[in-house]
Order: sequence, then C-alpha cells, then structure tokens
Amino acid sequence: MSWNDLINVLPELYLTGSICVLLLFDAFAGARYRNAMHWLSMLVLIVTALLVVAAQRVGPATAFSGMYINDALAGLLKLFSILAVALVFVFASPYLRMRKLAAGEFHTLALFALLGIMMLVSAGNLVMIYLGLEMLTLSSYALVALDRDSPRATEAAMKYFVLGAMASGLLLYGMSMIYGATGTLSLAGIGATLPMSPHYMLAVFGVVFVLAGIAFKFGAAPFHMWLPDVYEGSPTAVTLFVASAPKLAAVGMALRLLDLGGGLHPLFPYWQDMLAVLAVASLAIGSLVAIVQSNLKRMLAYSTIGHMGYLLIGLCAGTSFGAAASVFYAIAYVLMSTAAFGVILALARTGFEADQIEDLRGLNQRSPWLAGLMALAMFSLAGVPPLFGFWAKLLVLQAAIQANLLWLAIVGAVAAIISLFYYLRVVKVMYFDSPAEDRTLIATSDASLRWVLSLNALALLALGVFQGPLLDWCLRGITG
Amino acid sequence: MISLAHFIVLGAVLFCIAVAGIFINRKNVIVLLMAIELMLLAVNTNFIAFSRFFGDVSGQVFVFFILTVAAAESAIGLAILTLLFRNRRTINVAEFDDLRG
Repeated sequence: MSWNDLINVLPELYLTGSICVLLLFDAFAGARYRNAMHWLSMLVLIVTALLVVAAQRVGPATAFSGMYINDALAGLLKLFSILAVALVFVFASPYLRMRKLAAGEFHTLALFALLGIMMLVSAGNLVMIYLGLEMLTLSSYALVALDRDSPRATEAAMKYFVLGAMASGLLLYGMSMIYGATGTLSLAGIGATLPMSPHYMLAVFGVVFVLAGIAFKFGAAPFHMWLPDVYEGSPTAVTLFVASAPKLAAVGMALRLLDLGGGLHPLFPYWQDMLAVLAVASLAIGSLVAIVQSNLKRMLAYSTIGHMGYLLIGLCAGTSFGAAASVFYAIAYVLMSTAAFGVILALARTGFEADQIEDLRGLNQRSPWLAGLMALAMFSLAGVPPLFGFWAKLLVLQAAIQANLLWLAIVGAVAAIISLFYYLRVVKVMYFDSPAEDRTLIATSDASLRWVLSLNALALLALGVFQGPLLDWCLRGITG
Repeated sequence: MISLAHFIVLGAVLFCIAVAGIFINRKNVIVLLMAIELMLLAVNTNFIAFSRFFGDVSGQVFVFFILTVAAAESAIGLAILTLLFRNRRTINVAEFDDLRG
C-alpha cells in the first residue's frame, strides 16, 4: 500500500467516513434536525463528486495490487451514480416528510448503497465485485423495508431478499468455478490465463451462473420476478432509488466481468448467445406484460425489464462501441426513470400515492407543467426522436447491426413499437380524460422538487438534441 | 484417497439441495433462509477445495469475506422476517401474495 493507492480510493474513503459521521449525527441530533440530514447528505455527495473528479486526474491507475481500478469508465459511472442519488434525495424529501418515514435511515442507507456502487464499478477482482454488490443489495433490502408497518413493503422486501440472496449464491458459485479454472481471483489474471486453461469447460460452466447473477441484478427476464413486486410494494421514494443508480452499477459490473478485454472476455462466443437469449426474453416480457398493468409503478417496472433488454443488446455486440452504447443507455434510463418517478412523487400526498395510471386522469387541466414533464419522460422512455431515449435505443441497435446481429436489432425495434402503446396510454390519460371531481390531483408546493424535476425532464430534451459529448465520454470510458 | 473431484461433487450436491430447498419449499420462510445459507456453504466448499488444490491462499481469503457477508445477510433477512411476521402473523410462503399482476 502506498500513498498513491490512498489517493485513488479517496472518494470511497471520504464517503465511508462521512456516512459514519452522518449515522452518529442522526442518532444524537434528534427529530429537530431532520432537514439538516438532507442538506448534509447533499454536501457529502457534492464533495464526493469533486473527489471523484480529482481522483480521475491521477488515473487511469490501479490500486491495492489491482484490486481497485480507477479509470475513465469508473469515473463516468460514479459521477452519474452520485447525480442519480442526489436527484433521489431531492425528490424523496417531501415524500418522506409527509409519510413520517425515517429520513435519517433513508439517507444513510442510500449513501451506503452508493458506496457499494462505487466499489463495484471500480472492482478489479472478484472479491471486490462481490463486496460492492453485497453492500449495494443489503442496503437496498433494508431500504425497501423502510416503511416498517406496511405489509406490502415488507412482503416486497422479503421477496427481494430471498431472490437477491439466491442470485448472489448463483454468482458466487459461478465465481468459484472460474477460480477453479484459472486459479486466480483477479479479473485481469482471469482474462490472461483463461485462453490456455486446461479446465476451459469449467469456466464456461461458471459463466452460466455468473450471467444468472448479472441478469438478476439488471432485472432481466427470466430473473425479473422480484422487480415488479419491489417497484410496486416499496414506498415510491425507495422505488425511485432502486430504479436509478443500481442500474449503473449493474452495467459497470457486467462490463468489468465480461468485457473490457479482461475477465471473461475470452469466453465471448459463449456468453454472447446467453445474453442474446436474456435480451430477447426481457424485451418480450417488458413490452407485452406492461400493457395489462393498471398500476403505474408496476407498469414502469415492466418497462424497466424491457429497457434492460436493450441494454443487454449493447453488451451482446461485444464491441467497444456496443459497450459504450450500453453505458449511454444506462445513463439515459436512469435520467428518464428519475423524471417519471419524480412526477409521481410530486403528486403524492398523505393518503394518496398517485401510483395508479387512472390517478393521473386529467393532469393537464390541474397542472399543465407537470403533465408536460411526465409526457416528456414517457416519450423519452418510448424512444420518440429527438429525445434522449431515442438516441440510446438507436445506438444499441446500431451496435447490434454492426456486430452482425441484425435479427436482435429487429426484435428490439419491434419491441419499441409495441411498448409505445402503454407509454402513450399514460399521455392519453393525462391529456384527454377529464379529471376526477374531488380535486385529488394537486402538484407539490416544494420548490426544490419542482425546479430540479423540471431540470431533470428538460435534460432529456437537451441531451437528446446534444447527445454527442456524452457519447464521446462513454466511448472514452470504454477505450480508456 | 479423497481427491479434488470429491470436494467439487460435494459442493455441487450441497448447492442442488439448497436450490431445491428454495424452489420446493412452500411452507416456511425460515427454511428459505437456511437454504440460502447452505448455498453459500456449498460455494465455500468449492473455494477451499480449489484453493488447496492450487496452493493459492486467495480462495480462502474470499471464503472469510463470504462468511462475514453471509452473517450480515442473514441478520437483514431475519429482521425483514420479524417485520413480516408482525404485519401478517404468518411466515407461510404461500400466503405472501398481495403483490401480483
């Protein structure tokens, strides 16, 4: 260990220390300082982001004998994860206050999950991947169960826990096979020894299990069973979190394990086919089952499954352009889902969750601005040009065609057309149905939520028109 | 003579029992938690066998991490189970069907 190692991991070190301080603060300060918790967490996020930028200047480098990788991809994913968590904090704070949910626990658990994400996307070793992943998922289980007295939330937490723990078990079993085939836990070492390993088939066997674990973290079919239940059952503030930053972690984990020259990249022909199957299954389930949902959160959950299908198409291509396209897709997805769930949070009040599609009836007459933002999010999710979501879809399909996977691109395009139906239904309900008489739809008066939500939704338009710099950044992240 | 293959088969058998325990069990959440622990132990057996075979310590170090995380994991699992029992007065898996569609 040297000073240089410590400088590379400084963002994580700082975050760990601050979370401990925040925990103590929350335990001793009492309810009077609940708002302080919010602002202190935001401050921690800003400083962490600055440290990530500073650590980027010493990179690209590896620290702790290759355990930790500080490269452009890690920096990119970390910065967007921090942004996503900051958006979650801003959108969630009025909701938590109204429902008297434990704001201190929410903030510390989300920050712990962020720490897990940052470790995961910087992992250079199977141990680091496992530890980062568990840090993220254990915090998420606790977050889902945050509303302790709600039977639905606890049921969702239990389902998430059982399936998540099983997925970790599958992932670990696969890792043990890969260790057995190569005799090393370092991803670079695995990539180097795998081609001449005498136990090649053992590694192929391990890849199946590793992919099952990855697919679970993405929420890709057929490992998607937890996702609709967790989205529907947990408090909307937590759903917003689960739907945002962890997807960036999943794409980081998949790239570290499968791609980027190291890891399991020598087994590309094997995992490409398996990923293609996962992608097609996710696209089918995501676009078809979402049509029959009446709960908006559950519909968005199925739409997530579909989006993960597109993301996997990018990974399937196996080229650096495909990898960059899936990173781009993950970023686009995160910004779109924060906008969509942000609108739900802006409408939710005590005793009214605004989580049924019917609840949005006539939103345009009650609050044209919020209806406009929601329409923007829905069009972007559906992939209507020139919004952000359109470019994300276009890039992954382009990557698939370049990699001679034309059939996969066609499946993706068909799924996009089918899914247009349920996104447009939300828009139709908002604009063409008459609102309920009893004035249940009232937009939030929280100024920071309104402003940040507007910026978030308008960013979908702005990044759609000026998508070039972000795409360059993603490509730089992949090629180093 | 017990060879590496014996340990790998033991690990695979333990793993299969764990997976069967998760999927067949329709009665009790605590059995699910036990099956999950068994799954992690199967993985540990594998890692230790390979580690001994290669004469490489890193596999055994990984096992220590897995054991620690498994402890944290079951702590969270049992906490969620307690909440669930308080809200529902049952731990029967088949009765957790509020969320579907």
